[in-house]
Formats: sequence, structure tokens, C-alpha cells
Amino acid sequence: MEFVSRMVRGSDQYARNRADMLALVDRLRALEARPVALSEQRRDRMEARGQITPRERLARLLDPGMPWLQMHSLGGYMVDTKNEPKSVPGSSVIAGIGFVAGTRCAVLVDDAGIKAGAMGAKSLDIVLSLQETAIRHKLPFIHMVESAGANLVEYRVEGWARGGALFRNFALMSAAGIPNVVVLHGPSTAGGAYMPGMADYVIGVRRNGMAALAGAALVHAATGEIANDRELGGSEMHATTSGLVEYLAEDDAHGAELARQVVARLDWNRRLAPRAVPAFDEPALSPDDITGVVPTDYRTPYDVREVVARVVDGSVFEDFKPDSGVSTVCTQAAVNGIPVGIVGNNGPIDPAGANKAAQFIQLCDQADTPLIFLNNTTGYMVGTQYEHAGMIKHGAKMIQAVSNAKVPRIALYIGASFGAGNYGMSGYAYRPDFLFAWPNARTGVMGGDQAAGTMEMVARAGARRKGVDVDEKQLARQSEMIKTIFGGQEDAFYTSGQCLDHGVIDPRDTRRVLGFCLETALEGRRRTVRENSYGVARF
Amino acid sequence: MAFDTLLVANRGEIACRIIRSAQDLGLRAIAVFSDPDADAPHVRMADDAVRIGPGPVGESYLAADRIIQAALDSGAGAIHPGYGFLSENEDFAGAVARAGLVFVGPPASAIRAMGRKAEAKRLMIAAGVPCVPGCEGEDQSDTTLIAAAEQVGFPVMVKASAGGGGRGMRLVDRVEDLADALALARSEAENAFGSGDLIIEKAILRPRHVEFQVFADGHGNVIHLGERDCSVQRRHQKVVEEAPCPVMTPDLRARMGQAAVGAARAVDYRGAGTVEFLLDASGEFYFLEMNTRLQVEHPVTEMVTGLDLVALQIAVARGEQLPLAQEDVRLDGHAIEVRLYAEDPANDYLPATGHVDLWHPAKGPGLRVDTGVETGQDISPFYDPMLAKIIAHGPSRAVALDRLRRAVRQSVLLGTTTNTGFLSDVLAQDVFAAGEATTAFLDETYPDGFPAHHPDETATALAAALFMEHDRQAALGRSGFVAADQLHWSSATPLASPLSLMSGDEVSDLRVCAIAGGWAVSLENRDLTVSVQPGAGPKLRAQMDGATVDAVRVHVGDVLQLAVGSQRMAFRRVRAGWREEDGAGGGRIAAPMPGLVLELGAEVGAQVAKGQTLAVLEAMKMQHQITAPVAGKITAVHVKPGQQLASGDAMIEIEETGT
Repeated sequence: MEFVSRMVRGSDQYARNRADMLALVDRLRALEARPVALSEQRRDRMEARGQITPRERLARLLDPGMPWLQMHSLGGYMVDTKNEPKSVPGSSVIAGIGFVAGTRCAVLVDDAGIKAGAMGAKSLDIVLSLQETAIRHKLPFIHMVESAGANLVEYRVEGWARGGALFRNFALMSAAGIPNVVVLHGPSTAGGAYMPGMADYVIGVRRNGMAALAGAALVHAATGEIANDRELGGSEMHATTSGLVEYLAEDDAHGAELARQVVARLDWNRRLAPRAVPAFDEPALSPDDITGVVPTDYRTPYDVREVVARVVDGSVFEDFKPDSGVSTVCTQAAVNGIPVGIVGNNGPIDPAGANKAAQFIQLCDQADTPLIFLNNTTGYMVGTQYEHAGMIKHGAKMIQAVSNAKVPRIALYIGASFGAGNYGMSGYAYRPDFLFAWPNARTGVMGGDQAAGTMEMVARAGARRKGVDVDEKQLARQSEMIKTIFGGQEDAFYTSGQCLDHGVIDPRDTRRVLGFCLETALEGRRRTVRENSYGVARF
Repeated sequence: MAFDTLLVANRGEIACRIIRSAQDLGLRAIAVFSDPDADAPHVRMADDAVRIGPGPVGESYLAADRIIQAALDSGAGAIHPGYGFLSENEDFAGAVARAGLVFVGPPASAIRAMGRKAEAKRLMIAAGVPCVPGCEGEDQSDTTLIAAAEQVGFPVMVKASAGGGGRGMRLVDRVEDLADALALARSEAENAFGSGDLIIEKAILRPRHVEFQVFADGHGNVIHLGERDCSVQRRHQKVVEEAPCPVMTPDLRARMGQAAVGAARAVDYRGAGTVEFLLDASGEFYFLEMNTRLQVEHPVTEMVTGLDLVALQIAVARGEQLPLAQEDVRLDGHAIEVRLYAEDPANDYLPATGHVDLWHPAKGPGLRVDTGVETGQDISPFYDPMLAKIIAHGPSRAVALDRLRRAVRQSVLLGTTTNTGFLSDVLAQDVFAAGEATTAFLDETYPDGFPAHHPDETATALAAALFMEHDRQAALGRSGFVAADQLHWSSATPLASPLSLMSGDEVSDLRVCAIAGGWAVSLENRDLTVSVQPGAGPKLRAQMDGATVDAVRVHVGDVLQLAVGSQRMAFRRVRAGWREEDGAGGGRIAAPMPGLVLELGAEVGAQVAKGQTLAVLEAMKMQHQITAPVAGKITAVHVKPGQQLASGDAMIEIEETGT
């Protein structure tokens, strides 16, 4: 179907939308720049130790010019502190998917420039999320380690208890036939010592790399033994004596180089069945214009097809049941030659829309066609008419279809994603293969105004029942409080800080992100791995 | 004197050049070759080829007996000696004749007469050819020579009587310095030519070197084909040659041409020869010497006369009459030649060896490139390191010069050090462009020698981008499908990759960041954006900060050779963990170049100090000291004196003890 856009480049509305959206993108980049700047302050100290910065380690590891999809770049934002200007997103890790020696890998770099790489507010969630992604898509896992470990000052017992999953995941990964490479750039003590311990390959950097169950200070406190860190657990000792280190690197850069060599020798794509890539066209409508066609306020309606047309091959797509449940858009298109089913919203989901979407999801699953969910819904319709029409069971059907679909699912929060509508649209809890948000996205059980209004109604009804006057002042205060609670938790920066997605992206990158994620998910499915029972033992 | 098969007793471009004309005339051409030349272009071009010995010239291209035998064995009726080697060897010319073969060149008597400087000068004076005032007497005593010098007036030039090519020549300004100069020149001449006889001449300061191409047949016809100006010389080695001479007038040409023809007649010359003169600023000219062979720079004459001098040589050798008389000689337009050498002008023109990884001679109207090398060939240390002659012709000197400048930039040889940058710089000089260059031009232009040129920022940034492109393509070659719109993209703020490139002994630390469609390269003092559009084969075009840059590259592993404009560069990526001594590694010494082990001072078990000389390697007639890179104990010696080594061969291993 040829789509005719109603949005005109150069119109006032376009200009307003674009300015609003780019301001949000600027805010995203400014937040991402915070950990970079903070870490950079330690450059001199690291260089004095003969080290390079964590981001230089990453740059040396990755293939230049190949794509890099950073994950959870805002993880921990507003979790480390409620004082917004002081909050540093990223939780002292850099996580993402990139290419190392032509191999798509999950990469984790400890940002040792921030609190010596000690676990931050959401480090655990970020690493668990990256591990899950690696296992799900059979991505070799590379970890550039330099971490002071758990932050003793901010110790939480549940963090310790849940943290064990990190190591369990590495064991599962090894057994699943997914190699795990550690470069030991600096100290990795206590729990962190199991990072190299659980790895399949360990590259130890001379002079700085160190792993020990307890550092010299703790050893002294625990046993009275006077030890020094290098003798306790230096890379050289592990390479010659303990057997924890396979390869000794001269320095950080060499460590990255050796990691590239280890990955190259995996010849990982030997077991990747090739995909026949058909010729495809770039979108006829520029993805760059997404910023101009999408209002940043979800309350301003627009046709989600304006986004679809700027994302899919040739801007060509075919609507499924376009005349039924019209506010729920189901359409078929292709991204980089990969046929996809797209579910989008032009407002709340009504029974017909839920039915259509459930059927569409099942059809795509039957045909092994990946699904893309463009979330912009305030939820399932409420009201007598809709309850009578069976909104609950139709919504449930959609949720059932989403939950059980086996095809890759990629969800994007591009506007509102509220209530159970979020569930039906493959939200966080439905474990989509990838979930990214635009910076204008709002998610939650409902909008703040709606919640405040609901509570006001409840209060007025209660007062009426008791026959007392409503304290208007207090009611207004309560409404404001509810709006603040909701408003503060619904924006994309906040939810991404909570790791309730994989990250916030520039809307102009949507096609690239979709293409990257689809290819990652499909590669994982086309790849055969050699599983074993216990993982590879370290001798 | 009829023959249908010609043996070419030479190698390289001149052998190819002669073979071409011989074959054009319908003759069979036989090449000779030494072992390192077994697969050389001249061997494959010839109809047949005969091995004459191993690499050293004394056992191959100078081995007169073997060459004559090769001619007899291959059924050749004539031998063309080319230039250099045996071309001006009267004994060889005589031996060829005695073997019943035709020597494509003058009679042995003419070679002999012109080969002895003093004798030649006496002959010329007798024949009325203007000569530089001086003394070329039999009496070689200091007293006589000093008296003669005082008579002609200082400054004077002291020369070896048997010399040539500038060796043994000395300029003396003051009488007090003459005795010492005589002693030195005498011993040099003795060593170089086997005769200590000297001549003294008035020094002509800042002259032009103007030479006349003459041709004589066996029927008494002698003509000249106009002149060549070869004033651009470094230590008497010609660098640029052109025809006609920029300051020539018809009258002067007639007078000099007549003198040149007279010189040839005086020695009963036959075939192609060159009579060299010095031309001073006042228009006075003096006989310098006569070269009794085809000259390296003969193509400029061919391009302005339209003649094939080799074909003429063959015709004369067959006993034919010259096909044209003096009045038939027409000079059309202007031609300029430069010599492309494997040498390092910034390092005292040290000859270079190597492997020709790429040779792309320029092509275009009015261009001619005479070459004997091709891609894939080794530049052997045994022979003259000339790689090619690039000649441009045009209706005017200005057009010829523009064409030549462009041709020099566009003739790309990668794999060894070349003098391309030097040639380009010389051609760019105003003095040369104005046609005002004298033999003092190069010394005046580069009083401290030609300076070393390091790659400029543009070239370095381009190299960095090419390394990145190379890495990206390597990654793409191994990866699954990656859509084009994802390349050079990061979902977060992009990271810059550090990159260290070594060129010569300089290391540049750069940062390169992928940007849409290209790379942002940060150099020490400058940022540049580079977008590379690959072209056919090794050629590419790049947009650099909006400017178009054409380049040619050969990229193998961590080494990128790059030609940009007239710059020829090699960049090595300095890998992490790589140390400078890793070429060999620690105390492992590898031969830095191909060469012969002349001396060996290393014994297993011996303690050596850092910097101590362990061996002497002879390459390119130079002796290179091989020193210990570290202090320690010698654990292995892999070579013995007299052994010929290839570049990179393991020589000595030292176990490092202490620092």
C-alpha cells in the first residue's frame, strides 16, 4: 500500500514537533554525557598507572565503523540519588552489543573511572539484562573488568543475594555453548573475583590486573596475614601459578587486542546459517523526519502509520483488517528485507482492535514473522459499552497471544504505554527480545491526570456517603501529589533509569535500531551452538 | 654485416627499450640475464634469453666472454650493449668483432680515443673543437700540474684522466689547496680507474651541461640531432634532461652542432654518440667529453625529432646509410625527462632495495615512460637502482613541463623508497620553470641536501581513515548481514578509536571516530573529516574537509603504502603490545636489508654490550653495521661470512641480561 503522508516538512507543526523532540534528544545526550565526563576526571590517574580509560578499552575492542547498540545507557538514573543534577546514569558500567573481529558480541565494560568501578545503583540489573540478551541471542560475552565490587557503603543484603545470579548466568552461558571472555584490567576482588573465575577465557593485564577473593586489607583484617595485592592475585601470578589467567597482556590496549584475537579464533559465524538478503529499498520517506511528524505529547493524536512509513523498506506496508478496530493498526512490511508484522496504536485499544491484534500476532507467529510493537496507547477502552462487548476477554486474548508468541518481538515505547495496554503491546514484563523507548515516551498504570481525577472522584463519593463536606484544599493537595508521583515516574528517562527498558534512543535511529535488533534476534535463531552439561571447567 | 638476431647485453629499461625496436624491425631479440633477473621483464619480452651467471655484475653483465658465448650459442649476429656495463669497453667491442659478431656501437678505436680524457682533449684541440683551457700533459708531476693551473687561472677543476661520471673530480679555488687536492684525486683515480693520471682545467662556474646527439654511418655521413640540456645534476649525475636547451639559438646550435660533428669525425665515429659541452653564461662552449654509446636520456631527442635512435643504430650496424641528412632533421616542440630512482634523496641518495608492490606508470598524451620493472618484482641490490624514465613532450616547454609534473605525481611505484618527491620538488622550482637551471642549480637550491619529508596531515589522516576502512571491511567480511544505514552508527555518543601510525621513525597518535559517510580524524593539531570512495583496484578518491584527494594504496596487514600527490609513504600500524624491536624482537637480530655478510664478530656464548658491532652487512655497495640491540649473551648465530641474506633473515640471537 502506498502511504500518503499528511505531515509536511516545513509546516509550523512539523517545526514545533521537531524542536520539541530534538530538545528531548539533547537531554538524552546530556544525561549520557554525565558518566563520560565523570569518568574522564580519572583519566590522569589511570594513565599514571599505565592504564587507558574504560571507553578507550571499548573503542579498541570494537571494530571501527561497525554499529554499536548501547544498552541501559540511563540505567540507575535517579536511582543513585533523587537529586536530579547529581544523578549519574549508567551505574558505572557500559553495556551494549557491538562487533568484535566481525562477531556480534555482548560487551560489558566496568567504568573504573567512577567509584573505581564499584557496583552502582542498577549495575546488577544492567548486567543481568545483558546476560539474558547474550543467552537469548547466543552472543559471545566480553567483559572488561576493573571493579571494586560491591559498594560497602551502600550495602544491601538483597543486592548480595540477587547478585549470585551473575555467576550462575555465566555458568549457564558456558554450558549453553556461549563463550565468555574476561579481560582483567584492574582489581576484581571478592564477588568480582568470580568474574574471571566463571569466564571461559581470561586475559590478564600485567601490573594492574588483579583478582582475589579478598584484597590485602580484608586478608589482614580476617587472618592477620600481611599480604600485598600483586602477590595475592596479580595477573602474572594467575598466569604462572593459579591458572586463572590464560593470556598475559602487556597493557590495557594489548588486552583489548588479545580479546579480539580470542573472539576471531572462535570463528563464531562458521555456525551461522547465512540469510539470503533480498534487495530492498530505503524508506521513501526519510527516517529523519520522524521528529517532525510525531508530537511529543501523547495527548495530541497522529497516525502511527506516519512512523511506520519512515521505518520500513520503501515506505511500503499493507494494513491487516484496516476497517476493523481502526485505532489499533496491524500492518505488514519489511525492514532490511526481513518481513515483519507491526502492531501500532492510534489511541486506546477497543475490543475489535484487541481481536484484530490477537489474530495478527498469532498469524505472524504461525508464519515465523518477527513482530514489532509501536506503543502509543492509553490502554484498553473502559465503559459500559466496552465491558458489554467483552473488553476484558478480548484484551486478555491479546495478552495471551503476546505472551506465547515464539517469534522475535521488538517493542518500542514511542508515546503513551499505559495500563494493561502496555501488557498487550509487549511491554517490559512480557520480555520482548528488545525494548527501547523514545525520549517522549510515558509509561505507567495510567496517566497522572487520570489517576488524580480518579482519586478525586473516590474522595468526593466517600464524602458524599459520609455526608461531610469535601476539604477542597486537601483534595487539591492530594491531586497535585498524585500528579507528581505519577508524572515523576512515567517519563522515559525515569523508567529507563529503573531499567524498565533496554534504553532510550533517538527516534531518528528507529530504523537502525529495529534493523540491528531484528538481525541480532534472527542470527541467534539461525545459529547452532555446542551445548554441554556443566560449562567448560577451568583447570 | 647482415644479421637477423640481436643479443641485448643489458638489463632493465634499456634492454626492454632495445628489444622493442629490434622486434619492431623484425629481428629476433635475445636477452641475457643473471639469476636475480631470471623473471625480469626484459627476459620475458625477448624472443629467447640466456642465463649468464649469478647476481654480481662481474659474473654476469660484465662477463664479456659469457655474453659473447651466449650470442654465439643463440645464433645472434650482433650485440647491442645498451649503456653502462660493457657499452664503452673497447676490449669488449674488439672481442665482439673478433668473434665474428657485429658490435652495435662505434669502433673500438673510437671508444679508446674518447675514453682517455687527456688524449681526447688533445685530439679535439687538434680538430678545432673548443676545449676548456687546461693541462692534459704526459708529465704528471705536481710542479707541472700546479704551474699549469696557475697559467689557466683559478678556480680550476682537477679530473681523473680515465674518469667519467664525476668520480675523481675536484674543484680547487686556491693554489695553496692544490697539492692536497692532487694527492687525493690521484689516489681516488688510482682506486677507481686503475690510473692515477690527472688533468687540470679551468673551472667553468655555473655552466649549463649541453650535449649533442650525433650519428655517423660507415659511409662518411655524420649528422647531429640537436642538443639536450642536462644541467640539473647532483654530483654529476643527471636528474632532469630536456631538448631543446632553453637558451639555445639557431646560430649557437649550428656552431655547437658543427663542433660535435667535428668531434665525431676526428675519431672516425660510427653509430650513436653524444658530445658533451659546457655552455657558459656568455654563450661560450667547451668540449667536455664524448660518450660513445646510446645515452640514458636519448628519449628526449627521440620525442623532438620523431626518430627511433635504436633503429638508427641497428641500421648503421647493418652497414646502411643514415636515412636522413642534416637538413632533414626537424625539431618539434619540447621534451623533458626525469629519472625515477629507488633511492632516498633525503639520506644522501642512498640506494634502496625492496619489492615492487605496485607500479602504475602514468599514461597520457605526450607521455612516455621507459621502464624495466613491473609489479611483483624485487629491486635487487646488485644493479643501478633506476626504475624508470618519465618523459613528457609538448608543443612548448611549458606544456611539456606541466605534463611531466602531472606524470611524476601519477606514476606510482610502491614497495621501495623512490625519489618521486625530490623530482616533483625539482620540477616545481621557479628557476627550473624559467629555464635558468645550471649545473649549480641543485646545490644552490638544496644547500644542505634535500630535506626529509614526513607525511603531511592530509596524508596521515587519509592513512588513518584507510586503516579504519580496512578494519571495517574485514569485520563486514566475517559478520552476518549489516545494513548500510547501520555502518558508522552508534546508538549512543560515538567513541573515537585510538590509532598509532608509524612512518619512517615518527609515530603519530591519532583518534578516529566513525561519522556518517566517513571518519573524523583528530591529529595532534588538526581535525579532518575523510570520506573514502574506493575506485578501481588500488586507486581511490577521498573527500577531505571538502577537498578532493586522489590516492593510490597498497594495503597488506598492518602496512599501508600510500601515494598522495608526489608523496610516497609507508605507514605501519603500531599494535598494542608491539615494541619497536619487535621487527625482530628483544635480542633477535634480523637482516635489515638484503646483503652479503662481510664480517661476523659474534660467537655463541660471548657477552656483548648494547650497541656493539656484531656483523657487517654489505648491501648496495654500502657497509652496514649490525649492532647488538640489547646487552646480553649470544645464544645463536645463524649466518656465516660470505653468506647472502634476504631482508628479514634471522642473523643472531642474544639473551638479554640486565638493562
